[in-house]
Amino acid sequence: MPYVPHTPEDIRRMLEVIGAPDVASLFDEIPAALRPKSFALPAGKSEMDVLAHMETLANKNTCGQVSFLGAGFYDHHIPAAVDALSMRSEFYTAYTPYQPEASQGTLQAIFEYQTAVTRLTGLAYANASVYDGGSALFEAAMMAVRHTNRRKLIVCEAVSPIYRVMLASYTSNLHLTLVTIPHKNGCCDLGALQNALDADTAAVIVQNPNFFGTIADFTALFDAARAAGVVSVMSVYPVLQSVLKSPGEMGADVAVAEGQSLGLPLSFGGPYLGVMTCNKALVRQMPGRMVGRTVDGEGRTGFVLTLQAREQHIRRQKATSNICSNQALCALRALLYLCLVGQEGLTRTAGLCIERAHYAAGRLTAIDGVTLLSGSAPFGNEFALSLPVNAYQVIDKLTARGYVPGFPLGRYYPGLENALLVACTEKTTNEQIGIFAEMLRGVLA
Amino acid sequence: MNTVFKKSTAGREGVWPAEPKSSPADLLPAGLLRQTGAGLPSLSELDVVRHFTGLSKRNYGVDGNFYPLGSCTMKYNPKFAETVAALPGFTRLHPVLPQLGGAGRLCQGALEVMYETERLLCELCGMEAFTLHPMAGAHGELTGVMIIAAYHKDKGNKKTKIIVPDSAHGTNPASAAIAGFEVVNLPSKDGIVDPEELAKVLDDSVAGMMMTCPNTLGLFEKNLPKIVEMLRSVDALLYYDGANLNAIMGKMRVGDAGFDVVHLNLHKTFATPHGGGGPGSGPVGVSQRLVPYLPISRVEKLEDGQFFLNYDFPKSIGYVAPFYGNFGVVLKAYAYILRLGGAGLTRATECAVLAANYLRKRLDKTLEVPFDRVCMHEFVASACNLGECHVRALDIAKALLDRGYHAPTIYFPLIVKEALMFEPTETESLDTLDQFADDLIDIIEKSKADPAYATGAPRTLPVTRLDETRAARSMELTDDL
Amino acid sequence: MNPNDLKYAKSHEWAKIEGDFATIGITQFAQEQLGDLTFVDLPKVGAVLSAGAEMGSVESVKAASELYSPVSGTVTEVNAALENAPEAVNQDPFGAGWMIKVKLSAAPADLLDAAAYAEVCAAEAH
Repeated sequence: MPYVPHTPEDIRRMLEVIGAPDVASLFDEIPAALRPKSFALPAGKSEMDVLAHMETLANKNTCGQVSFLGAGFYDHHIPAAVDALSMRSEFYTAYTPYQPEASQGTLQAIFEYQTAVTRLTGLAYANASVYDGGSALFEAAMMAVRHTNRRKLIVCEAVSPIYRVMLASYTSNLHLTLVTIPHKNGCCDLGALQNALDADTAAVIVQNPNFFGTIADFTALFDAARAAGVVSVMSVYPVLQSVLKSPGEMGADVAVAEGQSLGLPLSFGGPYLGVMTCNKALVRQMPGRMVGRTVDGEGRTGFVLTLQAREQHIRRQKATSNICSNQALCALRALLYLCLVGQEGLTRTAGLCIERAHYAAGRLTAIDGVTLLSGSAPFGNEFALSLPVNAYQVIDKLTARGYVPGFPLGRYYPGLENALLVACTEKTTNEQIGIFAEMLRGVLA
Repeated sequence: MNTVFKKSTAGREGVWPAEPKSSPADLLPAGLLRQTGAGLPSLSELDVVRHFTGLSKRNYGVDGNFYPLGSCTMKYNPKFAETVAALPGFTRLHPVLPQLGGAGRLCQGALEVMYETERLLCELCGMEAFTLHPMAGAHGELTGVMIIAAYHKDKGNKKTKIIVPDSAHGTNPASAAIAGFEVVNLPSKDGIVDPEELAKVLDDSVAGMMMTCPNTLGLFEKNLPKIVEMLRSVDALLYYDGANLNAIMGKMRVGDAGFDVVHLNLHKTFATPHGGGGPGSGPVGVSQRLVPYLPISRVEKLEDGQFFLNYDFPKSIGYVAPFYGNFGVVLKAYAYILRLGGAGLTRATECAVLAANYLRKRLDKTLEVPFDRVCMHEFVASACNLGECHVRALDIAKALLDRGYHAPTIYFPLIVKEALMFEPTETESLDTLDQFADDLIDIIEKSKADPAYATGAPRTLPVTRLDETRAARSMELTDDL
Repeated sequence: MNPNDLKYAKSHEWAKIEGDFATIGITQFAQEQLGDLTFVDLPKVGAVLSAGAEMGSVESVKAASELYSPVSGTVTEVNAALENAPEAVNQDPFGAGWMIKVKLSAAPADLLDAAAYAEVCAAEAH
């Protein structure tokens, strides 16, 4: 049997020490009535055969497409050293660092990750991560609810619809009110958001760039929120955060993000990375694990899990959250990515993404009938096109020719069936953009 | 060791893309751009490699050290699973592909992996259907309790409470609270759930009970049939915390035993790596009557063999994940199940239980084992021998670190004083088990002669015991604080 | 160990009653159980408290515990020193570690004297 090292002699010796006649007797407490009614699992296979089977399955997927898909998850270059270092077995076969003396590697890495993400968002405190950007947004909303003791959440409709469905699902049993403020052609309606703030509001929740790719300055909204005792929650895109006005600069209280774009492959939905940062006033409300710096008995610097008294293993039903694991290995990858690309590399990457997207927008809107949904609103690496036909039609036709042109906004926004969300990254070439434009022109002709 | 930020040197080239021709200031209004740079470091690739290689040497991991952590199932992580998860045919797939109409054709292999994994887990556990969406065990618990809430809401039942045994993992009551329930704590009797105690708290307002079997003390919940009957009489649902599944594969199927909803920990039972604290994966299985409430989407198979995602479930609890769960982790568990097969998984369970009992017998003269009968895959001991505590569980744990072992779980479950919980798993050799027992016995002998032997441990690691009070008071969570 | 001029609650808070006012803190036994305190969360000035109800919490490295008000009334003063130096509660729980002062709205009832409280502690510490 693979991975079980015991020989028949080993088993015989163990049974003797235990004083049991055979292995089956160790399960005597399970009565016959509780034994499996069926256990029709296939027979085991050799490593070689399993790999062959998995390769066959992998080959049933088509990955050679040129893709303009974004929707919150982007195909960035992952430096080779991210894999090489994160695959060191001392990192990936380690357990949660509950014995800090034997886990300084993991603990220091998480401390450094916390540092890196706070520098990106401009808010002083971070946790060790949660599952993904959507969970992070939910947890941020709950921080606001606990901090203010209020029960209303104001959410901009231009925040990722995927996250908004998650938020609605998670809060459905919690007697909270979710108010959605409609977008205006893919832009946040700052005035309407501000008008909605009241004495029952726990948090105002926005995203920058938003799901449509447009960028705004939320400073005035956050000022108004502060005056009304409302917590400002902002979800951001880490790569573009290297150049865009930061949540800290805008006066946000909590900034969260999906960290997939920092060294994590798309991998069909996960594992991903929920980044959470906040200011000092809210840090005791922050869920999940946190690593802090301290000293040992001999004055040497070391790192430990801290503020654990809020967590589930101590507080149980009064915990800030039920979260047990973070995404430690994913956080490590994000840290490695940020260290390898560094300040210059991340800034260049953001610059390339923006540059390519603007070039693409220009080429695509040069086609008759194709316009920008958000008009002249500023955008980053992603933008919404208004097409003269249903977006699915375009997707079907171009995908068959090896180009995935983008995400159909009508999937989540009724009335936007002709809108297509197009994203570029530093991997997108101008040549590919040109071919895309020609294909689209052909399809619409 | 200095932080990586302190090693930053201005001008050092890292892994950079080409320079853009424009700058964001050319394309975006100045007011939308940041005024001060993020201040990420400037490091060469070698700087980064040196730093993190150095950090890795300050870590224990299963590959290097025996980790008898009770309730964590730190079994060996087979390397071929990493190869599987790294196949570009999987890693390069964008998750929205199957939502783009015809583009579902582009990811049939991935959808098949999900479909087949769900089927295998159903057969393994005796459940009607599974969702792979929850991204960790605690997340699975929350999903399961949300499903329970949806069931009762749909039936018009007025249910406000979830019962949780006092031996349960802390995530159980925490998850129940987040799902909007009041948590009722149930005291154990002789270490297990007692129907008489249960009768005292069971009434029509109880939505369900969360249990695990074997429980966190490693004991089989022998009153299970009676418990199932009692809960059914008030239409309360029974939840199985799958953290201890390694003890029962092939010996019991939780669905057959009467559980309505179960979560599994793929990073425990199915050998996916712990990663230093994630990513994990916590799939949830349900009985027939709970199927309508599963999160969407669900993978289905057409007659022609094509897989697609079905979102049309009006009673679903909605999205618990942005997509389909931690696919990269599910891949590894699927590969592991295929590798071991039914007989291999059963064998893993048998040897896990065998090893735990062996270790228990080797240690039962040295430590107090409160429930000294045949245990399952883990057992709890107390560092207090006959009421006298020469050293604490914490001190024994630290002394074990010096011998190259990761300590067992300490101070859990809460109901045993100075608890040490051991789960050796099936992948450790008899030599390792014997050496560990010998070392632990030696530590206790030396500590009886001189408590400082243990209270002064660890001595051989990069740091000794750290000032946790100072960490909590000063709250230096980043290099900039 | 437990000063005779104070009254005690079973939940390990003490109250020093002086006319219409009470000073509140936690006992030596409580701070020993908790270990080194890392944070104290107290009600604000003006908060209205009910005897027996939750009024805040204390955190140490290994535990977090609710604080229950032993009296009914309105908070008039909060010990600001505890925000940055919660260790004062460990060092001097009956003195410098005082937590809040309350203007009573009702006569305190159901509180124990030092001897009765000592028995409560003895029973718990078995």
